[in-house]
Amino acid sequence: MTINEKQDEIIEEFDLFDDQLDKTQYIIDLGKKLPPMPETQKTDENRIMGCQSKVWVDAELKDDRLYFYGDSEPTAQISKGLVGLLVRVLSGQKPEDVANADLYFIPQVGMGNLITSLRAGGLASMIERMKAFGRAYSVTENR
Amino acid sequence: MQSAIDNALDIQQIRRNFPILHQEINGRPLVYFDNAATTQKPQSVIDALTRYYEGYNANIHRGIHHLAEQATAAFEDSRRAVQTFLNAKHWQEIIFTYGTTDGINLVANSYGRRFLTAGDEIIISTMEHHSNIVPWQMLCEERGCVLRIIPVDENGDLILEEYEKLLSEKTKLVSVVHVSNSLGTINPVKTIIDKAHEVGAVVLIDGAQASSHIELDVQALDADFYAFSAHKLYGPTGMGVLYGKKELLDAMPPYRGGGEMIKEVTFEKTTYNDIPYKFEAGTPNIADVVAVKTALEYITDLGKETIAAHENDLLQYATAQLSELDGLRIIGQAKHKIGVISFVLEGIHHQDTGVILDQQGIAVRTGHHCTMPLMQRFGIAGTTRASFAVYNTRDEIDRLVLGLKRVHKMML
Repeated sequence: MTINEKQDEIIEEFDLFDDQLDKTQYIIDLGKKLPPMPETQKTDENRIMGCQSKVWVDAELKDDRLYFYGDSEPTAQISKGLVGLLVRVLSGQKPEDVANADLYFIPQVGMGNLITSLRAGGLASMIERMKAFGRAYSVTENR
Repeated sequence: MQSAIDNALDIQQIRRNFPILHQEINGRPLVYFDNAATTQKPQSVIDALTRYYEGYNANIHRGIHHLAEQATAAFEDSRRAVQTFLNAKHWQEIIFTYGTTDGINLVANSYGRRFLTAGDEIIISTMEHHSNIVPWQMLCEERGCVLRIIPVDENGDLILEEYEKLLSEKTKLVSVVHVSNSLGTINPVKTIIDKAHEVGAVVLIDGAQASSHIELDVQALDADFYAFSAHKLYGPTGMGVLYGKKELLDAMPPYRGGGEMIKEVTFEKTTYNDIPYKFEAGTPNIADVVAVKTALEYITDLGKETIAAHENDLLQYATAQLSELDGLRIIGQAKHKIGVISFVLEGIHHQDTGVILDQQGIAVRTGHHCTMPLMQRFGIAGTTRASFAVYNTRDEIDRLVLGLKRVHKMML
């Protein structure tokens, strides 16, 4: 699936919920399903700054595809769900596609104050970090 | 459920004075419990701002025309109103600032840089807001002074025996918060001031959280400096007050140069204006200063004691109700508190709590509340804080309790 196909899939899933709280519940449940990140990857280098909670993102290149790992401190379940959503959309894609992704699903799924609390939740910083990985690996590939 | 005090104050009538309260957030009526960050504004304050801009906006003090005179009179009227509010001896002791932080910085930069030297000690406490920590750290770094910290006990009270041990002839300045923004603790500032005076230190009280809740009398307290912000007492943002004893302010150099603060300027020498103008360089925040008088009238008309009794009723009710919730731990259980209740939920991040409460229309604050050393003292990263004002009700606390139950349910 391409990045956009995955985004469309997520938009469809969120369409099932009218209520903000149900959408948040869905995000929390997604977070619970996110595979745990190895403790060794939870380094300061991988930490996303600007979050009220601790969030880490790491990536590795396998067979020209970028695979992401993300996690949050155990109590921060919404952050974990948000990382989980991004990992689902961007993991397994080509680095240049990650770098150039237009993540239109975020405003479209109607996450309400999850979007406005992005600065606190650090979603924008998470996206920026993942795209930076995309750019970095694209450059490596081009060499 | 309504308390007797609610009925005495007619909270529903009070709520009608605050237009912002009558709206829905995420389809639910707004519950505003972020009053320690800023209070909402009554219609009378909003009208005072509008009247100023519609009727007599002009730059003050040196204007010769009618509007300038009218604006100047209103501006100076506010100064007298603040003087009365604080029971200051002289109107010249009231300096208009941009807020509490600005007032503390004024003292650190003017008094601190003039009178403190290497080896002098400044005492603050563990429960200070960053705005009452960082200006002193900056001063210490520049002047070689030493910062001493009064510890806080498990309940959230200052340990006064430790404070007494810190005091010595080296102590030149003590700067403590009147009421903790994170815990709600009301500190025994009169005792703190008296003890400091015994060793010849001057005392600044950060009154940001106290000003709308506690009867203030700077003469009875014998405070040397007292700083607060208008926006936390139903007044406009960007406006604050620094009270300072006349003899101290007279001895202090200005710390911002510009218009208004001078008597005469030549390229050879500038002579400075008298207090309070010496400390009010540039065109001040005229509209907000004018409107603060209305905010003070609002508080005085309701009666601070009556407001405090209502808020205390809310605090007691909220403490009892929240204590019933599984896994909820209140941070700050001092005997003397204002209507601030900070708590942690076991296994749930405060950020998630705040987001889910907001989705239910309930506004609280989460995080370290600009008191990171205090959070470290309690071994936590942050709390969820509900803080009450005169327009809050027991019904709203019931909404908070239900909201927190929902948070629990969603996270398990």
